[in-house]
Order: sequence, then C-alpha cells, then structure tokens
Amino acid sequence: MTKPLNTFNSLLQIQKLDKFFGGLHAVNSVSFDVKPGIIKAVIGPNGAGKTTLFNMIAGYYTPGGGQVFFKDILLTGMQPFQVAGKGVFRTFQNLKLSHRLSVMNNILLGRHTRGQAGFLAGMLALKKSRREEKEAEEAVLPILEWLNLLELKDTEVGNLSFGNQRAVELARALAADPAMLLLDEPAAGLNMHETEELAQRIQEIRDQGRTILLVEHDMSLVMEISDEIVVLNFGQKIAEGKPKEIQDNEEVIRIYLGGDDA
Amino acid sequence: MSGEQTLQYIFAGITVGSIYAFVAIGYNIIYNATGIINFAQGEFVMLGGMIAYTFSGFMPLLPAVVLAVLITSAVGSVIESVFIRRMRKTSVLGMIVVTIGISILLREAALYIWDEQIRALRFFTGSEISSVSILGARISPQVLWILGITTIIVAGLFLFFKFTLTGQAMRACSENLRAAKLCGIRTDSMVNLSFMLSAGIGALGGCVVSPLTQTHYAMGTDLAIKGFIVAILGGLGNAIAAVAAGLLLGLIESFSISILPMAYKDVISIIILLIILVVKPSGIFGSRQASSMKDY
Amino acid sequence: MKRYYSVLLLAAVIVIIQVLTLITGKAYLLTQLTMSAYYIVVAVGLCMVMGYAGQISLGQAGFFAIGGYTTAFLTTIDFSGKAETGLYRMLDTPGLLITKETLYGDTIIHLTPWISLLAAVLIAAVTAYALGIPILKLKGHYLAMATMGFGIIIYRIVLGSRIFGEADGISNVPSFPVFPGISVSGDFTSRISNYYIAWLLVILGMLLLINLINSRVGRALRSLHGSEEASDAMGVDTSRYKVIVFVIGAVFAAVAGFFMTHYNGGIGPSEAGVAKSVRYVAIVAVGGMANLWGSLIMGLVLNFLSLRGVFGHFDDAVFGIILVFMMMFIPDGFIHTDVIHDIKEMLRPLSMRKKKLKKKQEVSND
Repeated sequence: MTKPLNTFNSLLQIQKLDKFFGGLHAVNSVSFDVKPGIIKAVIGPNGAGKTTLFNMIAGYYTPGGGQVFFKDILLTGMQPFQVAGKGVFRTFQNLKLSHRLSVMNNILLGRHTRGQAGFLAGMLALKKSRREEKEAEEAVLPILEWLNLLELKDTEVGNLSFGNQRAVELARALAADPAMLLLDEPAAGLNMHETEELAQRIQEIRDQGRTILLVEHDMSLVMEISDEIVVLNFGQKIAEGKPKEIQDNEEVIRIYLGGDDA
Repeated sequence: MSGEQTLQYIFAGITVGSIYAFVAIGYNIIYNATGIINFAQGEFVMLGGMIAYTFSGFMPLLPAVVLAVLITSAVGSVIESVFIRRMRKTSVLGMIVVTIGISILLREAALYIWDEQIRALRFFTGSEISSVSILGARISPQVLWILGITTIIVAGLFLFFKFTLTGQAMRACSENLRAAKLCGIRTDSMVNLSFMLSAGIGALGGCVVSPLTQTHYAMGTDLAIKGFIVAILGGLGNAIAAVAAGLLLGLIESFSISILPMAYKDVISIIILLIILVVKPSGIFGSRQASSMKDY
Repeated sequence: MKRYYSVLLLAAVIVIIQVLTLITGKAYLLTQLTMSAYYIVVAVGLCMVMGYAGQISLGQAGFFAIGGYTTAFLTTIDFSGKAETGLYRMLDTPGLLITKETLYGDTIIHLTPWISLLAAVLIAAVTAYALGIPILKLKGHYLAMATMGFGIIIYRIVLGSRIFGEADGISNVPSFPVFPGISVSGDFTSRISNYYIAWLLVILGMLLLINLINSRVGRALRSLHGSEEASDAMGVDTSRYKVIVFVIGAVFAAVAGFFMTHYNGGIGPSEAGVAKSVRYVAIVAVGGMANLWGSLIMGLVLNFLSLRGVFGHFDDAVFGIILVFMMMFIPDGFIHTDVIHDIKEMLRPLSMRKKKLKKKQEVSND
C-alpha cells in the first residue's frame, strides 16, 4: 500500500485508479490531488470515465487498482456509507430524492452522520433522540434559507420544480457539513439563469472553507468557477492545471473541437 | 436401496420435476416479456387440470385437454389486458401485490366453481394399474407422456422463438421494450401473447401430470414457489435450463423422501432456493446477464 | 407532544367501543375485537418494514407462528411428577413454575409464560436477524419469494412435526397472568380485561413505531425506500438498517402470536400459512403502505369483518380483490396522511381552507 505523498498540501489524493468494465478500460491509471479549500473540476467528453471515477471515490465501485486517500485515510475498499462517515458527501446527476417526503425531511437526512440516536433511542423517544432532532432542524434552517427553500420546507419533494429539486439535493449534502463535496453534474437540466445562480453558490460554498470536486459538462460554468481542472479522455488523464492553462492546451482543444483535422 | 427402487425414485422425481419445469417455463416467458414474476403461475396449472377434468366427463380426453389449454390461455390473456396492462407504471412492490391478488382470486374462483375435492384426470393410456417396464423398474405409461410432452414443448418453444416472426418480435421485446416499440412491434400484443403462452403451457402441464399427482384448487401456491426455485436454478432464461433444473429439483425431492419425513421435502427445496438466491442469484445453469435482474 | 394526540384519540375510541358494546348488550363482539387487535400488532410491524422501509415480507405469519408455537410448546410441558429432576429445581427455585388444577382435579405444573415470552421474542429476533442478513440483500420479486419461502418452511415444520401437534396444532395452552389477578385467556368472564390488554398492546406498539418514524433512524428508513443509493451517500448503513427493521417487524409478529395463543388457548398451523402472510400484506397495502394509522384502521375493519364471518365463503377472495383493486386504482390507500390532520382540516371554516388551497397551488406553480 502506498502512503499518501504530501499530507499537508492535499485533502484528497487519487493514486493510479483503474477500472475495467469487461474489455473496456473505463478509467486508466488516473492520479491527481485536490488541495483543501478549492474547487476542482473533472471534465472530458462523454464516456471519458468521469462518473466512474466519481463512483470509485465515493465507494460505489471497487477500483480495479489504485487508491484514494482522504486526509490520511484510505477510502478505497470502504462502503459508500463509510466514505460519508469520513466527511466526503456526494450529490447525484440524476437526482436521488425521496419524492414522498417533505423537503425538510429530505434535507434532514443529510444530518444522519451528525446524529447518534439508534433504533432503541428512537423508539423510546429518549431525550437524546429528541434533542438531536431539534438540533438537526435548527442546523438545516440556514441552509434552507440560503437556497430559498424555507417556504417550501413542508412540501413533498415530488411536487417541486426540477430546479428546486436540484437545490434540495445540494442542500442535503450541505446539511452534512461536509469537509469535501463531490458534485456530479450539478448543472445538468438547469436553465441559464439557474446555472448562474448555481455558479455563485458553489463559489460561496468554497468560501466557507469546503473543498469541492465536481464533474461537469457545462464548460463555461467550469471555466468560470474552478480553481483547477483535470481533463479525462478515454479513461486517461490528458491534462491538469488552471482554467487558463486548460483553455490553451492543444490536446484539450483538439478533443473538444472534435476534429481529426485540427 | 436396490437398483429398482432407485429407478422408481428417479421416475417419481421426473414426474414432479416436469411439473415444476412447466411452471418455470411460464415464469420465464412472462418475465422475459415484462420483467414481472407472475405469482399466479401455479394457478394456471391448477386451472388446466380442473377444466380438463370437467370436460373429460363428457368428451374424449384429447379435445378436453385442448379445450382446457385454450380456456386457460384465454384466462391468461384476460388477466393481462384487464389488470397487468393498466399497471405498467407501478413499482415492483405493487406488481408483486397485484399478481398475488390475482392468484388468490383464481384459487377462490376454482374453489367456487369446483370444490375442495382432489381430482385426477384419467390416464392418457391405460389405467392406474397399467405399467411399462423400463430397465427393470415398473412405471406408469403416464411418465412417458409427461416426458414426451415436455420435450415437445421445449422443442416447440425453441423453434417458435428462433424461426417465427412473432417469436423473434417477442424476444426483441424482452431485450429492449422501447426499442422494440420503435421498430414497430406491437409490444402490447406481445406481452399479451406471453401471458397466453405461459398460461397455456401451464395448463397443458396441469393436464399431463394430473393423473399422477392429482389436481386441487389450492395447489398453486406450492407450485408457484417450486417453479420459482426451478426458474432461479435455471437462471430465468431458456426452457432447456428450466427443464434441467426442474428434473434436478424433482430428483432431490424424490430422494429426500427416502431419508427424511415427507413433510420436510418442501423445507429442503426452499432452503436450496434461499442458498442460491444468496450465493448465486444467476442460477446454476444461468448466464451472468440474468443476475442483473437482481433489481426485480 | 403533538404526535401523541392521535394515540389519545385511539385510547378514547377503545373505551367508547367497549362501553357501547356493554350498553347495547353486544359484549360478545369483544372477542373479535380482541383478536383483531393482535392481528393489528402484526400489521403495524409489517407496515414499518414494507411501507416505510420498502422491504416486502411475505413471511410475517411465520414469525407470528414462531411466537405462538414457542409459548404453546413451552407452557404445555407438564412438570408434575418430575419434582426430583434438576431442571425442575432450577426453574422452581426462582419461582418460574406455575401449579394449576385441571377441571378433573389433576395437578399440572407448567412454565410461567413470562419465560416463554422471552423465548418467543428471542427466537423470532434471532431468526429474523440470521435470515435478514442474507435475504435483505435481495430486492423486489426475489425478496418476496425468499420471505414467502421462509413462511412456507415454518408452515411445513409445524405441520410436519409431532411436537407441534401436526395438523391439530397445540391446545390446552394455559392462561398468561400479566398482572396479579388479570390473565390473558379466553375465559368468558375476563373478556373485558382481555380486550383492554390487547388494545394496550396495540397502543404500546403504535407509540414505539410513531416515535421511531419521527426519529433520525425513521427518517433514514423512509429515505431508504425513496432511494437506497442516496441514503448510502448520506452515511446510512442501509443493509444494517434493513435487517434491524426486519427484526422489529418479526418481534411485533411474534409478540402478537404469543398473546393470541394464550388468548385462544392454542394455536394451529393455519396461523403460519402463506394466506395469512398475504393478508397482512393486503392490510398494509389497503392502509396506504407508509401509513401506520391506515394499517391500524384497515387491520381492525378487515379482521373484524373476517372474524365475524361477514365475508362468508369469500373470505380469502375479499383479500384478493383488495390487493388487486387497491394497487390498480388507489395505490396510496384509502387512508391518507394522519387522521388528526384530516379531521382538523374538516373542521376548519371553508374560507380558510380555500385560502390554504390557493397557497398550495401557488407553491406547485413555482
């Protein structure tokens, strides 16, 4: 097992991750670091392996090889819930919400790792359990307010507009008070106005001292907000750097303009 | 155990194994077309036996069996068009609940139309006491009928899915319902056909085993779970695997009786089911592809 | 506190019904009401498993039978004439044996049902736990078949075993002295106290489950139903939670089976049958799946009518029709949201209701 390289400079370290699907080498020995307090984006054409990479970090896929470290902790081999327990939380590209539950209840789920009350405490409504519930509700109120969901907090999520559902998905992850936030295509399906609002919000989240890794298709959004960018193509990392550097990278341009003739 | 006795057990195992295979083939056909496990599958077998018994009272055996198969197919078709078709958007949980409800209704209808008496169709050739000698074991000629008809069904299904346009259309539905629809296949009628087909095959199975295993209005539940065990063993895929799995389970049950009390034979096969579900849900004879089905 | 209003209302209704049966001289109805209460305990437990956590179980009757048969078996062992054995002394010294005289003047010494209650709960919990760990990894049809398979195993075992009385079941199960002077038994004279014991058990079960639903764990369970992946992502150990809620459902069923067996003075294999398991599923479905009060109310209505023989020959058919038509036409159940809220809404002046409706529409237009 490789030891983390530079404990002090990076929060998340991805070391030589590999994933095969049958004969397809979906992720091919990808390594990069994420420094604390920045927004890092993973971009690349469809099928480049972005979401697969994400799922390996979050524990949904077992890598074929390589490791992921968060702080000094080896995340590889953990179940998704254990990854969350370490402070790494994710959102989903195609929203995973409980449609029959209220906005409030969906978001409160994000507080799960912050509580301790188990089945027995819950069934007996012990003081500990009730106090935790109250604290959780108080903790999420500012998030609801910030995302303009306060008015809707008792509405069933299934009745919300798509934009608001996206906001609930983000709020739920934020409610966990994450050290690291993994955003899987957070702008997918949003209109221009909503996307702009999202850009603003993601930057504000970073300014609160959280670290963000995002996978995104919307290039202008990525260029606008990211501090660093990793480019994947056919499972391989082909470039990494600041947005300006990526914009000038010839290989990236070639991929994105899609020309054999370029 | 003497050699002859062993052979007797084997033939007994083949008999019950075949009926399980009939149920499992029914599961497969509907599952392939719709992704539904039809909990009422065992009731089709019961209906086939019951209807044929009634008709055989005043007509020769052959037309009685044919009528039983046709009527049960019609019942399958009605079930699909009245209930299943309206439920397309329901959750898996909802689908399970509905097919269980249908199985109860069929059973209760049978109780009302006939009664709780155990019935047996008459033997296709000969009678209870006639027997043929195979390798020294004396078996009922009905066992040969069962084997023959099972073979014909498996071969028929193979030819149907391979060489007829309708069969190929049904297979297309099972692979990708939406794509099939876009290609102009009338998916609704394909699903309906799958219910008719599996009801008809169940009914035919019910007729051919009735002389040996008898027919009872409440026999469906046990058959449903046994058939499911066989379908899972066979990997919920093709008819040949289902037959192989059916015979295997039949033999296991048949031999378990020789060491354990009769009442526990179901316990053994269900424990096999639980173990397979947990260890290898794609089944012993199944492809890996079928295991993606775990979601259902 | 607000969440307990409906429970208080339930308590009031229970008393009112008892008084009404007394006034109208129909106290005999209490028998069916008592039995319905025990079946309700199974239903609300299943409601938690199936409605809230989204895990279908077609094996609840198996757990009911585990509870019933455990106590029936343990409390019908006669220790009289075995006073010299070590086991006897071990049980007698801490006062775990009860001495009784039969109608014919014979003396029977049997184990106190408190011990068999403990045993019933433990066996059910351990079984559910051991079974749940592997099978709750399955979903949908697979889980349904696996739980049904479990139910059939229990049914076959009790039907095929001499010690469980085969087709006859076990009878002559002694009464269960819950409080001094008050026993769970089918004794004609203690009909009223038995009615209250049964419904007290329902209230206790409801309180526990209402609390659970409104807790951190309850929310995690409900989210698990909505999206297992999302619950995982938020740090919920989904496989553990599913197993524990399955164990809770099993314990509810076993406790109900225990009480029912002492109330009836025996238990037979039909209580373990698949048909019974299907009934419990039907009750939860018709009650609106994720709705404890729905399960309670429909459990009362359907079981009471069924036990009174109202459905006659069509007893099972009624449950079949319910399953099919509920799922087809009213998949959310008859009884929506909580009762108190509905009643309040009904009592609210019309003008206010309109206002609220308008606001609601604005929200959904947003």
